[in-house]
Amino acid sequence: MDILLKEVGYSYAKDTPFEKRALTNVSLHIPSGSYTAIIGHTGSGKSTVLQHLNALLKPTEGSVVIGERKIEAGVKAKNLRDVRRQVGIVFQFPEQQLFDETVLKDIMFGPMNYGVPEEEASRRAHELVEQLGLPSEVLAKSPFDLSGGQMRRVAIAGVLAMEPDVLVLDEPTAGLDPRGRREIMDLFHQLHIQKGLTTVLVTHSMEDAARYADTVAIMHDGRCVVTGDPAEIFSNEEQLRDYRLEPPRTIRLQRKFEEKAGITLDAISLTEEALAKNIALALSEGRDSE
Amino acid sequence: MNSIILSFENVTFTYTQEDASVKPAVQDLSFSIQDGEWIALVGHNGSGKSTIAKLMNGLLFPQTGKVSAMGQLMAEESLWDIRSQMGMVFQNPDNQFVGATVQDDVAFALENNGVPHEEMVLRVKESLHQVKMEAYLDHEPHHLSGGQKQRVAIAGALALRPRLLILDEATSMLDPQGRMEVIETIRELREATGLTVISITHDLEEAALADRILVMNAGQKQLEGTPDEVFLSGNELTTLGLDLPFSMRMTHLLQEAGVQLQGEHMTEDELVDELWTFYSRK
Repeated sequence: MDILLKEVGYSYAKDTPFEKRALTNVSLHIPSGSYTAIIGHTGSGKSTVLQHLNALLKPTEGSVVIGERKIEAGVKAKNLRDVRRQVGIVFQFPEQQLFDETVLKDIMFGPMNYGVPEEEASRRAHELVEQLGLPSEVLAKSPFDLSGGQMRRVAIAGVLAMEPDVLVLDEPTAGLDPRGRREIMDLFHQLHIQKGLTTVLVTHSMEDAARYADTVAIMHDGRCVVTGDPAEIFSNEEQLRDYRLEPPRTIRLQRKFEEKAGITLDAISLTEEALAKNIALALSEGRDSE
Repeated sequence: MNSIILSFENVTFTYTQEDASVKPAVQDLSFSIQDGEWIALVGHNGSGKSTIAKLMNGLLFPQTGKVSAMGQLMAEESLWDIRSQMGMVFQNPDNQFVGATVQDDVAFALENNGVPHEEMVLRVKESLHQVKMEAYLDHEPHHLSGGQKQRVAIAGALALRPRLLILDEATSMLDPQGRMEVIETIRELREATGLTVISITHDLEEAALADRILVMNAGQKQLEGTPDEVFLSGNELTTLGLDLPFSMRMTHLLQEAGVQLQGEHMTEDELVDELWTFYSRK
């Protein structure tokens, strides 16, 4: 499902003395099936953009097209239920939204609210708990008796149980330990491919953006200033620094090596594995040429 | 012996003792921390780190074993005296503000402790200076960035002149820049004052700066040593759900890719140096 932001402007508390502009003239196309990372310094407008993706916020200027629906500034948007089901948002620290008596009920709540029969909702909950690497015993437990990492997974299962077409992730691994972080990011990537999802990742981690995304958009000062593929975006360090961002660690290390050795590697290293390969190649080529 | 500021002796704690199927959150744990040390307590989510933090400041008491701090056994009677010498900073920067301005917030605990006004003004300034936030005296806390908020929280703890500062995942909710700010603040503080610091974290880059690392797993101490010693155990850390610092991970990946690196590299510069010697020898 495509999402298209067209010249979107947004002001919080519009027409009050507290009005505060958050977005200015943001145009962004999120093609169906893409994995788009939205990056930007704290306060750049990332979270405000995110909330436009399922019409939690409506633009005060311009328009947002979500699949078949068009949400326009100044036009009352009615019945957004479908949009909200199609676009699932995993907010930061989603475990804070857990509420039900048991994990099973909590995961089933969303789909049943949308008229999915109990049996089907329960089936989805069982399947998702397994997919997220949780033991099936947790289904009967209170979500509040789980560890932080497990609660995070249950909350994510609750969003996935709606079977959204677009999955929007706002720093989904903040506060998790390194293994948990990797497992969850790998799982989202796997779902992205298996279910043909459209994925939008809002993140501070340049490493995650470089590893997983096929499109990167940079937000700066309420504007979407650049979009492009990760190799292009992350190899332009000067541009990144203009927007108060750092290149991923792999690229920083690549540059250090290149400078010291006085060579340029053939490709930009978006992952640690790629960096190891690129350096190994350069070293063996160095040997061959003598 | 009086240089030990905090110690655990065979400490065991279980949340629901009546349920035998529940494993202890902390099991037979012993360690001690010297005055002036920087200790990193690392472990995956659910390894017992937060329970340890609560045992350290007397929010929980062990069912068996002893916790001692500042030369006293942790007990109902000694609790308040011990706590007064201990500063704590928690994970969520938004959950620990009470004051309407930065200086009110830092002054809050001083006021509670009956510090005279003139002394209070002095200490607020001094501690905000230590975290480089003196320019924000009259700012509203909720308008600060995450890193700034945590620095103010550290200043609030410092104003009480603690002997020990405990950071319970104080950087885990911050963006990379905020994390750097806070780590840098701790480093400078340590250099200037020699304050004892315990940082509970799963950020291995942060742990690498400590004098000593304790690695927790399933409520037990799995490893203990200097960062060099602990990181050399490589795969053991990975199986515990933790990770190695970036430069060490790269060293391993390069070795797998056929580059015969000799050393274990704790920093990127070391790694680049060895790669360069490698390259220049070709």
